[in-house]
Amino acid sequence: MEKDIVNIGKSVVIKGELNGSEDLTIEGHVEGTIQLKDHVLTIGPNGKIKAQIFAKSVIVLGEVSGNVTASDKVDIRDNGSVDGDLIAPRVAIAEGAHFRGSVDMQRKAGQSATAAQPTKTPVAAQTGNVAAVPPPAPAGGPAQQRANA
Amino acid sequence: MGLLDRIAPRKTESDPDALPADAETVFATKALRKFLGCLTSRELPVLIDLGPVVGSNISFFGEQLGCKIFVLDLFADLDRHVREGRIEELGDFLVKRVSQEGASVNGVLCWDFIDYLDKPAAQKLATELTRVLRPDGALLGFFGTAPQQGPQQSRDMRYTKFIVADEVNLRYRTYPALRKRQSSLPNRDIIKLFAGLRVSDSFLLQNNQREILFRKPA
Repeated sequence: MEKDIVNIGKSVVIKGELNGSEDLTIEGHVEGTIQLKDHVLTIGPNGKIKAQIFAKSVIVLGEVSGNVTASDKVDIRDNGSVDGDLIAPRVAIAEGAHFRGSVDMQRKAGQSATAAQPTKTPVAAQTGNVAAVPPPAPAGGPAQQRANA
Repeated sequence: MGLLDRIAPRKTESDPDALPADAETVFATKALRKFLGCLTSRELPVLIDLGPVVGSNISFFGEQLGCKIFVLDLFADLDRHVREGRIEELGDFLVKRVSQEGASVNGVLCWDFIDYLDKPAAQKLATELTRVLRPDGALLGFFGTAPQQGPQQSRDMRYTKFIVADEVNLRYRTYPALRKRQSSLPNRDIIKLFAGLRVSDSFLLQNNQREILFRKPA
């Protein structure tokens, strides 16, 4: 089944409230509010947004200034930039991305705890350099020990 | 190995300060798991991270704890003050930068930021962090123990990103800094800095890093 994706081109400037019920990619400028509650919003590399954003998922490759709320995930990709607070159960920020603000991944009452599964990030190479450590300090009171002395 | 070898800080190939710039190495951490343990039972915990934005850390803490994280990147502020020749104003700036309400934060990831501060600025920051911590809140700090003099100084012009690999391993990734580490603080001075907190756990690792977990008395 073909999925419609609407594209706002880079010459387009929108000021005001932007509502939609389909996935949207923005390459232009938007100021105001963007609401795509059940859909994916992609800010393309040329996109410049000064707005509060509400969507199911938000993918940022361009610039966003404003708070971003997603019911599923916020994904700031390499060279993407966000100045504002993020609220989402899942957040990914790439190494080359810019972000300034807070991240709220708090699990509100009744919310699925699936996101609580620990992330098993693989330990990269050079594990041979891991400092070996002795067993944990006994509980109770300050513990002071020299690891692998 | 003699007793003195066990006690004296050693420079080894695993010392993070001996790494080339931009290198990345994995070191064990003893305190991170305990820090997480302090926060897992909290409802809607709030964290402050003094370090730079590390996307994988945000995902890790967010998914482990379901928390709200304020990433302050005070290292960037420190560099800016050095660049603008206003380093003496840093302490007052830090007081304003930690703008959270009193007793509103469950955990602070201090990393090794204190090592780069003069004592007055370190004291001001420590006082603010103590203020914002909730009773029973936790603060995780890393403190260098190697003497900072001689040729060592040139190697210290860099900061370290602590990237959580898992609960017991951190990747240390260095990047250029405008300020070197200041003199290493002895234990008693570290404890004095955080006078309103108690030392819950302290570990001296093989890489000469001291990990201290502070708790605010309930």
